[in-house]
Amino acid sequence: MIAVMKQENKRIHPHKFTLWIALASIIMMFTGLTSAYIIKRNLANWITFELPQIFWYSTAVIIISSITIIISRNYFRQRQMKQYRLWLAITLVLGIAFVLMQYIGFTQLWHSGITLTKNVSFSFLYILVGLHALHVIGGVVALGIVLVKAYSPRVKTYNIVPVDLINTYWHFVDLLWIYLLIFLSMIR
Amino acid sequence: MNNDEVIHETPLVVHDLGHEAHTHHHKETFITKYVFSQDHKMISKQFLITGIIWAVIGGLFSVIFRLQLGYPDQTFPFLEDILGHWGKGGKIDPEFYYALVTMHGTILVFFVLTAGLSGTFSNFLIPLQAGARDMASPFLNMLSYWFFFLSSVIMFSSLFVQTGPASGGWTIYPPLSALGEASDGAKMGMDLWLASIAMFIISVLLGGLNYISTILNMRTKGMSMTRMPLTIWAFFFTAVLGVLSFPVLLSAVVLLLFDRHLGTSFYLSDIVINGKILPNQGGSPILFQHLFWFLGHPEVYIIALPAMGITSEVISVNSRKPIFGYMAMVGSFFAIASLSFMVWAHHMFVTGMNPFLGSFFVLLTLLIAVPSAIKVFNWLTTLWKGNIRFTPAMLFAIGFVSLFISGGLTGIWLGNSSLDIHLHDTYFVIAHFHLVMGVASMFGMFAGIYHWYPKMYGRYMNNTLAYIHFWVTIAGAYCIFWPMHYEGLAGMPRRYYDFSNWESFKMFGGLNEFISVVAMIVFSVQLLFIFNFFYSIFKGRKVTTTNPWGANTLEWTTPIRPGHGNWPGEIPEVHRWAYDYGKDGRDFIPQTEPVGADEQRH
Repeated sequence: MIAVMKQENKRIHPHKFTLWIALASIIMMFTGLTSAYIIKRNLANWITFELPQIFWYSTAVIIISSITIIISRNYFRQRQMKQYRLWLAITLVLGIAFVLMQYIGFTQLWHSGITLTKNVSFSFLYILVGLHALHVIGGVVALGIVLVKAYSPRVKTYNIVPVDLINTYWHFVDLLWIYLLIFLSMIR
Repeated sequence: MNNDEVIHETPLVVHDLGHEAHTHHHKETFITKYVFSQDHKMISKQFLITGIIWAVIGGLFSVIFRLQLGYPDQTFPFLEDILGHWGKGGKIDPEFYYALVTMHGTILVFFVLTAGLSGTFSNFLIPLQAGARDMASPFLNMLSYWFFFLSSVIMFSSLFVQTGPASGGWTIYPPLSALGEASDGAKMGMDLWLASIAMFIISVLLGGLNYISTILNMRTKGMSMTRMPLTIWAFFFTAVLGVLSFPVLLSAVVLLLFDRHLGTSFYLSDIVINGKILPNQGGSPILFQHLFWFLGHPEVYIIALPAMGITSEVISVNSRKPIFGYMAMVGSFFAIASLSFMVWAHHMFVTGMNPFLGSFFVLLTLLIAVPSAIKVFNWLTTLWKGNIRFTPAMLFAIGFVSLFISGGLTGIWLGNSSLDIHLHDTYFVIAHFHLVMGVASMFGMFAGIYHWYPKMYGRYMNNTLAYIHFWVTIAGAYCIFWPMHYEGLAGMPRRYYDFSNWESFKMFGGLNEFISVVAMIVFSVQLLFIFNFFYSIFKGRKVTTTNPWGANTLEWTTPIRPGHGNWPGEIPEVHRWAYDYGKDGRDFIPQTEPVGADEQRH
């Protein structure tokens, strides 16, 4: 029986695998958009833009949130549920802070004259950053659900799969943002 | 991997303790069994029946616009009764004609041949043939159907809005689709179209994620990748194509929605409409075409590959012979799937593309002929000297091969950019893609339905009706689309409402009438099929043996009417590939049978 279990454990859990394919498909969507961006940039009538300062701070926030979610996962594995819940909650707060900072960045851009419809380059900026923020919001909702379950007195589960899933997704949106930030500051 | 814990969503620990107890006694109410079912078999039937309903609507639309094309000078008062102001005086309104062609294309490409074909058979066959109790995530699978349902509801409701459904062609090229002022069909109908397709994309993605992870992770013991039936390989590549290409359509749709409602100019530049100069600057409609066809071309194979997989399986089973060149079949699936991402610009040869760039797309397009030909020859050599049983499924599978050859050969013409300049947007293109992917994939779908109907419903469909269905449909398909090649070569453009104004196309009046008559006959025979399908669910001849076709694959080792979980006991172990037919003097050797000591190498 133990041998059988070991063999089964070697294979990746189907939900985790499904998530990886979903990430591939999200990557394809952003690839489509960023390649459209590159093509448009080489055509006439392209105005470059400066990214607002706050996007760099939000980058720091989301990187820190990736670290805090790793910490919470480690506590989960050590069955220290109190610490796990605490770090998970911190991650959630950082996630919300990130979305808010993106929003502030948007309003700053808007007031500095970089509005959605003024130029195609600005439209792309809003679409790329906005779609990424939507994905982060999705992650925040998922985090919230995991957190509510962690605080629920009724369900006691030590199943690590949901924790792993949210970890992978969170790191993904983090990396995606870093990619977009580098992309938008190098190619504009 | 055993997926009981996935079905029951219970922690792994519990499952490991009670390993020998495999009966599936979760409570099922009417709602959980027939409506919000998480059983892949029920979900597949939901996809199939929704697809059938859409096929009737889409087919009916083609009959209505064929009335206009076949009888441009006549009026049909009954049209006013069913279409209201769209058919005033018994004549189809020109605006509505465009809506009809647009919706015919949209419905058939997305709702019937993507969701109805791949949704049905991927769902039904992947767990059954790979040896799993259900999909990797039955819940996501259920969501996949309900997103499709939601998308269907939105698209269906767009037929009833005052300004009519979307009418810019199923490819919804901007600027026509981006500007509400451009036409009635670019108003509310277009928004509903975009919303519906967005939901549809989510459905395809959720489904595709599940198919891929089920195939890669949940196969039963002994079912190595190279022992999988070709159907599963086909569904695998189909799902990969869907997961990688549909997100790009989503980004195209998002940008189009921004252009429509938030005043951005991704696709718009220097446009004067009704004498008004629009402020949009710097956009490019060609950008949309690139994004659209980056999905659009793989989409063709999303439609064709499942039909190819079903055909391979049905032909091998009913020829009582192993499939010829199994690894070549898998390899050509792979080749087709990868090439399909590199040929999209052959839909855009006349957009002013650099001819030097075009020549690369010509080369890559023509390369697809190689794996396609490998498949065709393998089907023919499987049939060669086979002990053929002409079941309805087999006839449709052979019909698929015939149509695929006829339609595929004209693909080589169209793939040449120089010829394409003449043939682009003519009836030649219509004839080509209807034969090679439209009718051919419908034939694959029919083959699948007739072949797996006993497994789906525990009853057979009526054979006499099925034979009438087959012969009329195949003869009709050729009668409809073969003449269109000549019309296209003569330069007759597609999407036109009336050709009688042109002296050069007047000679095709009789031919157009002939096509319309055949189209109506073929459509009515499809109603015969639908009658057969629904009648047989309740009154068909009952299946009395678990393996009525003498097939090797795992789905025929389940009970006649399998419950949720598919096998009552352990999932059987697999010892060989799926195609041991006519080996060592035996008619067939199921995959579950261990390899004997004195057996030939397989």
